[in-house]
Amino acid sequence: MAAHNFLWSLTKNCFTFGLIGLTVSDRYASIVPVRGSSMSPTFNPTTDSFMGSLSDDHVLMEKFCLQKYKFSHGDVIVFCSPSNHKEKHVKRIIGLPGDWIGTPMTNDVVKVPNGHCWVEGDNPSSSLDSRSFGPIPLGLVKGRVTHILWPPQRVRHVERKNHQKRHSPS
Amino acid sequence: MRRWGLLAKEALTQTLTFARFFCLFHVTNHYLWSPTLVFGPSMLPTLNLTGDVILAEYVSHRVGRLGPGDIVFVRSPVDPNKIVTKRIVGVEGDRVTYFKPRNGDSCHTVVVPKGHVWIQGDNLYASRDSRQFGPVPYGLIEGKAFFRQVWPPNSFGSLG
Repeated sequence: MAAHNFLWSLTKNCFTFGLIGLTVSDRYASIVPVRGSSMSPTFNPTTDSFMGSLSDDHVLMEKFCLQKYKFSHGDVIVFCSPSNHKEKHVKRIIGLPGDWIGTPMTNDVVKVPNGHCWVEGDNPSSSLDSRSFGPIPLGLVKGRVTHILWPPQRVRHVERKNHQKRHSPS
Repeated sequence: MRRWGLLAKEALTQTLTFARFFCLFHVTNHYLWSPTLVFGPSMLPTLNLTGDVILAEYVSHRVGRLGPGDIVFVRSPVDPNKIVTKRIVGVEGDRVTYFKPRNGDSCHTVVVPKGHVWIQGDNLYASRDSRQFGPVPYGLIEGKAFFRQVWPPNSFGSLG
């Protein structure tokens, strides 16, 4: 009888903490692993296939930016891929609505439409980003990366970096 | 001294209870269902101009059971702070034919790309939808409408 009670209260506690954890990670902040080298050297500067996913950078993603969808140039964001909503990508915002982005590949100049943003990885040679799938709607953004939390020797604040070759209307 | 201890314990219990209810409320409103107020002319005659309280459910779009004919809530690709209510006309791979009533009635056909859906309002003459801003990524879908609630009382019932 005592074991039954103990199990029941254990289940209740697990359920409560699960709910609280889910709410906090939905509304405030959560920790996500970063895979791939498209954001080298900011995240995953070394491709260490020996350790596998243990050596991946784990970052703190905050959700307060989703109250008003207000972002700045150089913010690192996590967003759902426009071609597969189950995948999430981590890239840096290069252009906000109204900015003109120059694409050196096609010698084109693209204007970022209202409600969209232009994202690129810090490692342009191995990054699938807006240069392939165009500007993404801001509604796909799931959070903003503020700190690296793992591995311990790389714990630091993630800085905003501005690109000089893009220009926005003054 | 003991009184402060008891007060602190009481405050902690109340805070935990409040946190539990808040989290339950959040999980229900984001993962199960919630009542939503919708208004506007773009879904006439299905939905009212001045407002309908609809029960929105958040399970179908997570398990991928959405198809043409469903009324969905979508975060607008033009303004991420707004949620619009439209009907899915085509999913990825579908060939959609549409016309813009004010643009000389010209007919266009488009194939919906992978990971996107084509949404249109039921009232083609007063709706800003995929005909203006193109196919929307599936990730922008927030929920599906499935039951019209108590208000207005004469139209209580399920939506097609």
